[in-house]
Amino acid sequence: MSAVTDGYEMVIGLEIHCQLKTRTKLFSAASANFGDAPNANTDAVCLGLPGALPVCNKHAIELATRAALGLECTVHPVSVFARKHYFYPDLPKGYQISQFDRPLATGGRVVVGANADGSARVIGITRVHVEEDAGKSVHDRFAGVSAIDLNRAGTPLIEIVSEPDLRSSADAGAYVRAVKQIIEYTDVSDANMEEGSLRVDVNISARPRGSTTFGTRTEIKNLNSISGVERSIEIEFARQCGVLAAGGEVEQRTMLWDGVRNEVRPARSKEGSPDYRYFPEPDLPPLVLEPAFIEAHRAALPELPAAKRARFASQYGLSAADIEQLTVTTTLADRFEAVSKASGDAKRAANWILGVVLASVNARGLDITSHPVSVERLAALIGLEVQGAVSNTAAKQIFAILEQEDAEPSLIAEREGLLQVSDDSALERWIDEVMAEMPAEAARFLAGEKKLQGVLVGAVMKKSKGSADPKKVNQLLGQRVAPG
Amino acid sequence: MGGSDVAVSEDDVRHVAALARLGLDGDRVQSLVGELNRILEHMDVLQQVDIRGASLDPDAAHGLRMREDVPNPIPLHREREAFAPAMRDGFFLVPRLATHGTAARGDDEGDE
Amino acid sequence: MSDRSILARSAADVAADIVAGVLPTTAALDACRDAATSVQVGPEGLNAALWFDAAHARESLTSASMHGALAGIPVAVKDNIATLRMPTTCGSRMLEGYVSPFEATVVARLHAAGAVIPMKTNMDEFAMGSSTENSAWGPTKHPMDPARVPGGSSGGSAAVVAAGVTRIALGSETGGSVRQPAAFCGIVGVKPTYGRVSRHGLVAFASSLDQVGVFGQSVDDAALGLQVIAGVDPLDSTTVDAPVADYRATRDITGDRPLAGVVVGRPLEYFPASLDPAMRALLDRAADTLRALGAEIRDVSLPHTDLAIPVYYIVAPAEASSNLARFDGVRYGLRVDDGDGLRGMYEATRSRGFGPEVTRRILLGTYVLSAGYYDAYYKRAMAVRRLITDDFARVFASGVHVLLTPTTPTTAFLAGTKKDPYEMYLSDIFTATANLAGVPAMSQPIGRIEGLPVGGQLLAAQFDEATMFRVAYALERALGEEAHR
Repeated sequence: MSAVTDGYEMVIGLEIHCQLKTRTKLFSAASANFGDAPNANTDAVCLGLPGALPVCNKHAIELATRAALGLECTVHPVSVFARKHYFYPDLPKGYQISQFDRPLATGGRVVVGANADGSARVIGITRVHVEEDAGKSVHDRFAGVSAIDLNRAGTPLIEIVSEPDLRSSADAGAYVRAVKQIIEYTDVSDANMEEGSLRVDVNISARPRGSTTFGTRTEIKNLNSISGVERSIEIEFARQCGVLAAGGEVEQRTMLWDGVRNEVRPARSKEGSPDYRYFPEPDLPPLVLEPAFIEAHRAALPELPAAKRARFASQYGLSAADIEQLTVTTTLADRFEAVSKASGDAKRAANWILGVVLASVNARGLDITSHPVSVERLAALIGLEVQGAVSNTAAKQIFAILEQEDAEPSLIAEREGLLQVSDDSALERWIDEVMAEMPAEAARFLAGEKKLQGVLVGAVMKKSKGSADPKKVNQLLGQRVAPG
Repeated sequence: MGGSDVAVSEDDVRHVAALARLGLDGDRVQSLVGELNRILEHMDVLQQVDIRGASLDPDAAHGLRMREDVPNPIPLHREREAFAPAMRDGFFLVPRLATHGTAARGDDEGDE
Repeated sequence: MSDRSILARSAADVAADIVAGVLPTTAALDACRDAATSVQVGPEGLNAALWFDAAHARESLTSASMHGALAGIPVAVKDNIATLRMPTTCGSRMLEGYVSPFEATVVARLHAAGAVIPMKTNMDEFAMGSSTENSAWGPTKHPMDPARVPGGSSGGSAAVVAAGVTRIALGSETGGSVRQPAAFCGIVGVKPTYGRVSRHGLVAFASSLDQVGVFGQSVDDAALGLQVIAGVDPLDSTTVDAPVADYRATRDITGDRPLAGVVVGRPLEYFPASLDPAMRALLDRAADTLRALGAEIRDVSLPHTDLAIPVYYIVAPAEASSNLARFDGVRYGLRVDDGDGLRGMYEATRSRGFGPEVTRRILLGTYVLSAGYYDAYYKRAMAVRRLITDDFARVFASGVHVLLTPTTPTTAFLAGTKKDPYEMYLSDIFTATANLAGVPAMSQPIGRIEGLPVGGQLLAAQFDEATMFRVAYALERALGEEAHR
């Protein structure tokens, strides 16, 4: 593959559709609930009945505004809905109400990691607009006919269009993750690709390295995972390079990703570029948002991922890798901060959350907020570790008990004999016993063979059932070889 | 673009009829070429109008009124089956699409 | 036998008598039913009513509580306004037998005011036409001369009111579809300000131009009908939440100079040299009458008037091509499936469901919106539309309260004589401007030429229907029987 693609650069722009979390549809007060009987959630508007008119859902506009601000866009005080026309049985009116030349928001940006020189890698957002979703066509239910369910028809979406700033499949994947993270932070959508609440279309073209003009692009649809986005880009890029290298021309068309066969194939259509005949939706006056409305939503925005990462770095001094993981979701970040605050030890809190806690959360299939070990218990446990009252090994044992039983960690430690012993006389007694039981090793150690110290410490730890403070044991053993 | 040099051809009529999903026979296409050209002749006067004084901004005097996000569907007094041409198990039925890539909407409805 | 004299009295008076118990609740409906039979409103006669269901309407009446402004008053409703009990076909095969599962806001408001809806009236298919010859269910005849057209597209509603079957009927306007047939039939027809009346349940033709309009045998009938249906509707985002005045407040004002202080503008563009001298004379008489009532008559100019028809016949078909895309045979209405796949089903359904004029306008509208032509046609038309709107705004801002013009360039023409589509479109030449500018306008009888009615048109500033009615009431009273001579 590399031979074909050498000498070419890929140029990618993405269109991301997100379903907004509303109770009702964008232009109808029918329920936006999923999973109900076919066409149960359709009223006169969703069915496109003669005489039905759209009425806009305010909450959908609020969510879209919040998302656009989270993507650092300029939200416009006046935007215009437009009709986009095409015939398809799951598009009830013969047009989709969308936005065209006057979108809700333009000119945003998303940071996706860092460039080679360490500067922030910024991907431009061309626009964010609001539109209604189509219904679903089911082709495999009945023989010889297609079945139409319009429950999804009219549910609210935002479309986020990136600038053609992406240059690799990894870039595209990182961008999708970054956008998804912002959507989740602003809590406007479930943003789940597998379930279709976040959908990605890829626009991709290839050009000779060094060229500043764009090649002919194709669009890849039907992508339902980030890995699918990345793999389809690689495959389509290689195909385009192959065409170009052979002196051919890339045809502008729509491609479909087949994740099962791991292939990109052209959508079967002979119609050239579609003519959507956009014009301003006459049933809806312009969407006018007062500056106060926009500013109120800006002020109410949660701390966004980039800001949170910067703060975690300066406030907690954590590694970039840890911060990346801790800020994946706001709930995880919030949990970390709560444990950090209650325990007074950010580094240990981060280690615990990213290690034992996440493993347990994942194993149990839980949300972190419903994990049985509360913030207070975990902080107390970390406190015991900080004081040296329990070893890290013992603390993990205590954590396992806390998953089953809600009790004070110190009481569990005591009950289970897991408190670390640092009292010199008890430790000296164990050391004496070990030296008596292992006379050969003891003799060699005392004769100056330092490497045997580890063996003896291990034996003491074993004898103490892990409750001995290993640091102290080392110290006492050391004193025996260096009499003074 | 436009103006008196624009004349609607037979191909234009066929193209527009295809966009509008109107099945037209050859005779009808022929007569529509003439009808549309005669109508559009009268539109040429618009090309001469000085529209510099005409604002193209949307008239935002009456901004969009919005509703709360509360379920309140417009009740249907008749079952969908009472007006739908073909239904089964709650689905509207249509002739099987010749192609059916699940996400190829807007492209799959093209000529088959 | 019913008391036919009831139909000679204003709807307001009859409703008041029904509320007071002076008349039985069914008195007006019974009179309407008998009149409908005697003038033959059905296909055997005028072909003005597509569905007539007096028996059902009577049942709903006896159980209804009769308190409203239209208590017991029968109101005819155009076939493109959704009703639950009768079909709503828009005069099209596409919707043959279609009964709407929800009703229009205007219908709900009529019912709430105590009105009964005994019939749905014939119309040009999807309201596209100016003669009611384009109905899939056959043409409607002019009640005074069966060889002539009643005007259109709301010809059925105009004909039943003109024939004395109901005092009030609802029509719809996109470019003159209420005022033009009102003028042809010698009755009153009102198109309110865009946004004054809900379009929820009005089957869309051109959404930015459509308004439900009202026919009345008198100015007062029309004012009462509009009073009942006017006002903001949460189900139509284009309705405006502006106060609704008492349109009937000036009905009884008499005295020497009831229009003192009112400035009536006479836009010269509506009085071209080619205007029929007899029609000009009737307009002059109307102006003289208004002057005698105390109004000042002022000559004004609306310079972009002659562009209205080209603009209208771009904007309206463009929106229509979009609005009629929903008729695809998938969820309701006609489906023609010859086993030729989905695409074949679409094309067969739409080509057989739509008549020739609708097909023509869908093609025209699709063309002006299509890639490469949008800027030259649609976008430019919208800019010129703004100039037309600005013309009106400028005149009304200059102190003019209402404008007086002819409603139509001719009286009712003979059926089958306007073969060329554009010639038919010119019937709207004086009316389409009000739809493009969104201003209220109405037509009322101001005399006759060779026995055929002539309409005088009044136009007012947006949301100032009250002043328009004030002038209309005074003119109607002053002209008296001269209006029908």
